[in-house]
Parts: sequence; structure tokens; C-alpha cells
Amino acid sequence: MSPVPVSPLFGKLTLDAIPYHEPIIMTAVGGMVLAGVTVLGLITYFGRWRWLWDEWLTSVDHKRIGVMYIILALVMLLRGFADALMMRTQQALASTGGAGYLPPQHFDQIFTAHGVIMIFFMAMPFVVGLMNIVMPLQIGARDVAFPYLNSVSFWLTVAGAALVNISLGVGEFAHTGWLAYPPLSEPTYSAGVGVDYYLWSLQIAGIGTLLSGVNLITTILTMRAPGMTMMRMPVFTWTTLCANMLIVAAFPILTVTFAMLSLDRYVGTHFFTNAACGNPMMYVNLIWAWGHPEVYILILPCFGIYSEVIATFSSKRLFGYTSMVYATVAITVLSFVVWLHHFFTMGSGADVNAFFGIMTMIISIPTGVKIFNWLFTMYRGRVRIEVPVLWTLGFIITFVIGGMTGVLMAVPPADFVLHNSLFLIAHFHNAIIGGVVFGCMAGFNYWFPKAFGFRLDPRLGKISFWFWLVGFYVAFMPLYALGLMGMTRRLDHLNNPVWHVYLVVAMFGAVLILFGIFAQIAQIVVSVVNREKLRDLTGDPWNGRTLEWAVSSPPPFYNFARIPHVRGVDAFWDMKQSGEASALHAGYSRIHMPRNTGTGVILGGLSIVLGFALVWHIWWLAGLGFAAMLALAISHTFDENRDYYVSSREVARIEAQYFQQLSPEN
Amino acid sequence: MDPEPFGGLLRRTSRWLVRASAVLAAAPLLGGCQMALMNPAGPIGAEEKSIILLATGLMLIVVIPVIVMTIAFAWRYRASNENATYAPDWHHSNWIEAIGWAIPCLIVLALGDVTWASSHKLDPWARIPYAGKPLEVEVVSLDWKWLFIYPQYHVASVNELAMPIGRPVHFRLTSATVMNSFFIPRLGSQIYTMTGMETQLNLRADRPGVYQGISANYSGKGFADMKFKALALGPSGFKAWIARAGTAKARLDLASYKTLSMHGVARAATYYGAVDPMLYDKILNRCVDTTPCTDDAPHLATTKPMTPDMAMRMPASTSKHKS
Repeated sequence: MSPVPVSPLFGKLTLDAIPYHEPIIMTAVGGMVLAGVTVLGLITYFGRWRWLWDEWLTSVDHKRIGVMYIILALVMLLRGFADALMMRTQQALASTGGAGYLPPQHFDQIFTAHGVIMIFFMAMPFVVGLMNIVMPLQIGARDVAFPYLNSVSFWLTVAGAALVNISLGVGEFAHTGWLAYPPLSEPTYSAGVGVDYYLWSLQIAGIGTLLSGVNLITTILTMRAPGMTMMRMPVFTWTTLCANMLIVAAFPILTVTFAMLSLDRYVGTHFFTNAACGNPMMYVNLIWAWGHPEVYILILPCFGIYSEVIATFSSKRLFGYTSMVYATVAITVLSFVVWLHHFFTMGSGADVNAFFGIMTMIISIPTGVKIFNWLFTMYRGRVRIEVPVLWTLGFIITFVIGGMTGVLMAVPPADFVLHNSLFLIAHFHNAIIGGVVFGCMAGFNYWFPKAFGFRLDPRLGKISFWFWLVGFYVAFMPLYALGLMGMTRRLDHLNNPVWHVYLVVAMFGAVLILFGIFAQIAQIVVSVVNREKLRDLTGDPWNGRTLEWAVSSPPPFYNFARIPHVRGVDAFWDMKQSGEASALHAGYSRIHMPRNTGTGVILGGLSIVLGFALVWHIWWLAGLGFAAMLALAISHTFDENRDYYVSSREVARIEAQYFQQLSPEN
Repeated sequence: MDPEPFGGLLRRTSRWLVRASAVLAAAPLLGGCQMALMNPAGPIGAEEKSIILLATGLMLIVVIPVIVMTIAFAWRYRASNENATYAPDWHHSNWIEAIGWAIPCLIVLALGDVTWASSHKLDPWARIPYAGKPLEVEVVSLDWKWLFIYPQYHVASVNELAMPIGRPVHFRLTSATVMNSFFIPRLGSQIYTMTGMETQLNLRADRPGVYQGISANYSGKGFADMKFKALALGPSGFKAWIARAGTAKARLDLASYKTLSMHGVARAATYYGAVDPMLYDKILNRCVDTTPCTDDAPHLATTKPMTPDMAMRMPASTSKHKS
């Protein structure tokens, strides 16, 4: 292959980079552009730019940042799910010998993008968003430890997501699979810009995630309300702490691994190449040393959500709080010693394989304990089967099945036949949809009234739940069977009439999930329309137990007019029992708050420029973008005007309003 | 206009649905022809099948009660059921917690034992006991086809693997491109193939048949077509296959290998009547282009087979380095 000419002005970028000749891609790009233009047009039409900038884009309020994370997650869910539907239809159509409608190079990009988007830009922002909204409220804090850093983290995540989507219309995305194993991701086999888009979008987003991890850990360790000892923290806060510990420990591995692969691609080093003593096995080890903890980064906060939901809606204290905490910590530690189970088939010896297999099984012990504890929380409770509870029950049943197939594959000889098969695909979707997505949906329905002041429509919530649950089983049970039949993953076409039937059923399941997503969109729209009917005036719509329910919905921007004193687990429940929850305080002191800043969003924008320039080898622009980011970040540190005081009179006014809402006449 | 515009579609759909449900319902019974992993054709696959069943059975001991308890507890303690006991502050019981920790521990203990023993017994490197010499096959994954070299018979084939039933096959595997995974589902264990490194695998086919062989690790554009046929033949059939391959005019030497290794999918099987005896080692040590293999190709030829007890299989490059 002749080297691509690199112009000093545009790098490798030419007009040919836009895939005009691919009608499917161009339709998708057109749709995205149209949606974007519509949103921008509406904002302009309603004259909301100022409001958007002042109240949201520059916000350093953890609640608003959390909401924006979740909006990002929901938008990217649509993109990732569109990819999933395309894969399912392609395999259903191309399983009787035909070629289907997606050529291999397009199909290969789709499964790569699906994995990347769902993990990094759907599940991660969803979980991080919920942690952002809820955790500071649960510990009685007024914001996170570093509000400006929080904004930077968020906008770097957005930048990563934007780069992935830009790759759709300008150039290509990686066709390597979501972890971009070398040597396939080395320039010899992936000469295009796809892998570069992959690397830079994840580098940028990954740095955002790492900073967010530092921020949330610091918040939990230093900003808890007086009396809230570690063993009085709500379980969701515990799982947030552990997940962020994992982020801080694991994401640097990802950053360094990607940096090494980037060096291979950009300056011709040989860390992971076939030639010159490079070792691709090293990459596989490193990426999973991040990748396995990543699974727990996603699932641990969801375990926390289920714990909160099950206790609240059972109107009963969580069973075995101490066990729950130790189980969480055990999972956190163990998650770092199981990574090799992702490649038992790479030829490590029997001792190594057996060690990692057994360590993997040991993780199921604390996980099993958690499940027993949730069950015994319901035991002798008064379980209100609201939407979050449905998701939780659906989770327990689905997740034990996913856990079972996971432990099965932890036995190396079983993995020797199941590895990379559709059985594996079914397993991890079983764990990630059944565990993470269900958890996020439970948390979304549970905390939505806290964030917006009105509940979500329960009827549409239930409809969406049932579509998701049934859709999940219809979509993924056939994949378990296909795995046992010997079907491997990532096939763009095949020829097997029996498998075809299963693949069509799986596609039908994906369509059911699509209806579930439609129901969720409808749920949001209907709830916004009916918001007055669904209004929560008390701030405590579910008879909650933890401190986030002690303030109005939505909470005032300073969260707590007075920092509560905590005397036990379930602090708010205790306050309600003792009658101090609804007592209006006499005097307030002024509150020290951070000022909004546009630095975060501008840094995010510049990092898109930087990433794009690096992808296309536009060196001058990359240099300029990086210099601008550096200059902006440094100049921000000289900005003295970044905090202010809310006067005690203002606090008293806002609080009086809330207590008026609480009064019996309302 | 069509009197029943959707009639045809409806009829077709319902007919299709009936057929689909029939196939799905019969799937477990069809095990014979469809569930490759549940219908192994050799001892490795058979043991792996029984491990899958055993481990699943062990876990169902706890999984089924948990599912039943989830539904039962949620139903029994639903808010509308005023008859159920309500103990809002009850949140601890040493007994229940002890049982909650003990049951998973016991199951993991049992599974751990199975894991340790089976990992060693079914280590891909472990030879299958046999009185005579196993069949030696050298496997090279190319973009996107499989090359099989039979050093004992000096023949080679592409996308077709023949083996005599009842006689173990000892595979030495490497890749001339990206990572792939060599897998014949009906026979059991797969193993990665990697450039500059050698993995090994021991399999045996006991039932005659034609089995699907695949690459089970995504390797790029032509991946879906990177399939081969594994022929499990009776002794005379195997002899005939070797003889027929031996009559093939094509000779696999450096020149023809270079042509073969170019990108592309091989639709039909091809055969080579003669093979450069050093070819596999040259591919393994990445010195196909430099004859003889010298130091600037640091992957020195090593014909010594790796031993299975090496904890991490060494890349050939680290085994010896002349200075």
C-alpha cells in the first residue's frame, strides 16, 4: 500500500474521507445532523441560549452535571442500540448464505462502535451521572470536592463521545472489536484512521473518568456530614467509593496501554507489533487488567442502587449492612486478580489458568451474599412493587442466570469451547443488561423525582420494564443456544438454516427491547406533560431512608441549608422517626458556593479539536489545540473570582418556600 | 387491488412462525445434529461437555432457589398483603448471614476442585495417551485461511484437515498474520494462534465425519469465511487422503507460500504434494523472507518443542538469542 500523502495543512484529511458512496452511513449522518440542527434551532427559536449557557453548560453543580451525564448516556444508548439492531438484522438476513445489507468493513465498524459506545458512552456516563447526582446528597454535602474539575470531567467525556460520532461522517471507526487487540489494530493491518479515532476518543474520555474518580473519592472521604462514619454511609455511597477506587486504580492502565499502542501507530515503536520483538500478548493482558475492573466499576454502583431501592420500597432497613459493605470491598479487591479469564485460550499453563479460574469463582461468593441480603431485606418487609422494584426483581432473576454462565466460563476447559462464542455474548449481555442497565433504569426511576421535582409516569415505566425484560430473554437466550451450537461472534455472514431461525428470534427480541426504549421515551415525554399531576412537593416521594430525601425536590443548589447530624445508618429514616426531619430551623448562616465557569466546556471543545487533529495528523492544529487547552487550564487557576456566598436571608427565603410546600394544606 | 393486501404476508409470517417454533421446540432433541458442544466427537470435547453439565448442575443448586425465593418473597411480602409479618427494624441474623456466605463458599469449593483438576487434565498441551505416535500437524493461520502441514507425510493442505479416527493429533500452531483461534467445536478445545509464537493442542476424533472448523477470534475483513473442513476418517480413508494429497502437483516452498499468504479467502480446499520441511519453523520464527534465518531476524529457529509445564508459553524469540 502506498503511504497516504500528508498535507501540511490538512494532514491525511481529504474530501474522500466523507463516505458519500455509503448510503446507510450517509443516512445515519444525515439523521444525526438533522436531529442536531433541530435541537439547535429549537434553542434559538425559544431564545434559550443564554439560559443554556448560564444554567447548564457552565454549571459546576453536581446535580446538573449528573443530569447532563445521563442525557449523554440516553442519547448514546440510542446510537449504540441502533448499532445493535443493525447487527441483529444483518446476522438474521445473512445467515442463509446471502451477504445481507452490510459489507464486512461496515459490519466490523458497527460491532466495534456498539461495544465502545455502550460501555464508555452509555453505561459509564449513566453510572457516573447517578453517582454525581445522588452521592453528595447522601453524605450531606453541598457539592463535590472539586466542582470545576467535575465540569471538566464531564466535558471531556462528551468530547470523547463526539469524536466517536464524528468518525461516522468523517473517515471511519475502528474495525477491530471494542478492545482493539493488536496486531489487528497495528498500522500493518489497520492503516486507516479508525483505530486513531478509537484511541483518542477513549483517551480523552478516560482522562475525564479518571479525574471524576479522584473527585468523588475525595468527596466521600472528606465531606461527609458530621456523625456519618464510614460504617454509616449509605450502601450506594459505599459502592460509589469502591467503584471510584477502581477507576483510579484501573484507568491509568488503560491510558498507558493506549499510549503505547498510539506510539506504535504514530512513531513506529514495537510494543505490540508482530515484528521486532513486539508482544501483542502484553496488550491483551494490560487491556484486561483495566477491562475486568471496568466491569465492576459499572456493576458496583448498580448493586448500590438495588440496595437503596430494595430497602426503601420494603420499608425496612437493609438486611446485613455490614456484610454488604464487606462484600463490596471484597469484590473491589478481587476484581483485580481475575483478568486472565478473558483469555484462557491464549495458552497460559494449566496452573495459571486454574488460578484465575478459581479467583473468578471466588468473586461470586460476595456477590451471592449480596443477593441473599437483598432477598432477606424483602423478607418481613412491606414491598411496594413500584417501577424501581420491578427493575430490581428483574435484575436478581436475570443476574443469577448471567452469574451462573459466567462462573461456568471461569472453568478453563469449559471456556476452551465457549470462548468467543455467542454463549459468551449472551453471558456478558446477561450481566451488563441484567445488572447495569436494569440498575440504571431502577436508579433513573427512583431518583428522577429528586432531580426534577416530579415522578415518572409509572404505567409507561412498567410497560417499558416488561418490554425490556421479555425482549432481553427473547434476544439473548437464542444466543446461548447458538454458542452451544458452535457459532462464534462477529460473523458478518454465515450459512446455516437452523442458526438462521435462532438469529431471527434474537432479532425479534431486539425489536421488543426497541419498544421498551420507545416506552421509556414516551414515559419521559408524558411525565413532563403531566408534571403537575406527578409533582412531588415533599421531597420524599418514596418514604426514603437516606439523606437525599431530606431536602426538597429538586434540591436547592446548595443542597442542605444546614448540614444534618447523622446518628446511624439510614440517617433520614431516623430523623423522621424522631420528628426532626420536618422541623423548620430558626436561623441560617450564609453558604459558601462555587461560581459557574465556562472553562470546562471550552476545554472539552478544545479537546475535540485536539483529538480530531491527532487522528488526521494535522500537526499544527493539534499543537494549537493542546497549547490552548494548557493556556486555558493555567489561566483558570489565576481566576480569583470563583466562589461566592449565598446570604442567610436568601437561604431562609428558599427554605421557607420548601416548608410551606410541606405544610398540610398542600 | 389485492383483495387481502396483508393476507399473503400474514400467511407467510404465520407459516414461518410455526416452522420457527417447531425448530426451537425441537432444539434440545436436535442435540444430535445441532448442539455441537453437546454432541462431541472426541474425548476432549466429551470431557468438556461433562464439565459444562456438572458445573451448571452445581450452580443450579443455588440459582433455582434464589429465583424461587425472589418471586416468593416479593409476592408474600407485597405491601397489599396485610397478613404477612412486618418487622421494619429486623436487619440482622447471624444464622442467615452464615448460611448466605457458606452456601456460595461450598459451591465454589466444589467448583474450584473441578477447575484445578480439569485445567490440568485438559491443558491443551497435555498429550492424549496413545501407544503409537500421534499424528503431527503444523497449523498456520493466514489472512483468511488455514494452512495444515503434515510433517510425517510431507504434504500440506489449505482449509481441509484430515485425521484418522482414534489416533490423537498433536497440533503445533502459529500465525502468519493477526491473532486467530483454531477451533473445531465438535472436537473440543480451541487455542489462539499468534505470530512469532507457538501454541499447542491435542485432540482426537473418535467418530468419523466432516466437522466444521473455524477461526474463533476475529481477524479482519475475511474472518467470516475463515473456515475449514475437519475430516475424521477411518484408517484406510486417511491413508487414501494422504496419498491423494501426495499426488498434488503443487509444492509448498517459500515462493508458493508467499503467494498463498497473500490476503484473500480460499473458497475450496487445496493440496500440496511436497513441503519444504523447514517452512513451519521459518514461519514461526518470522524468517520466511530471510534465508537462512539470521540474527537480524531475532526469532531464531528452534525446533525443540515447548514443554507444557512452562508457565507462560514463551514466544520463540525469547527462547534463544545468538549474539
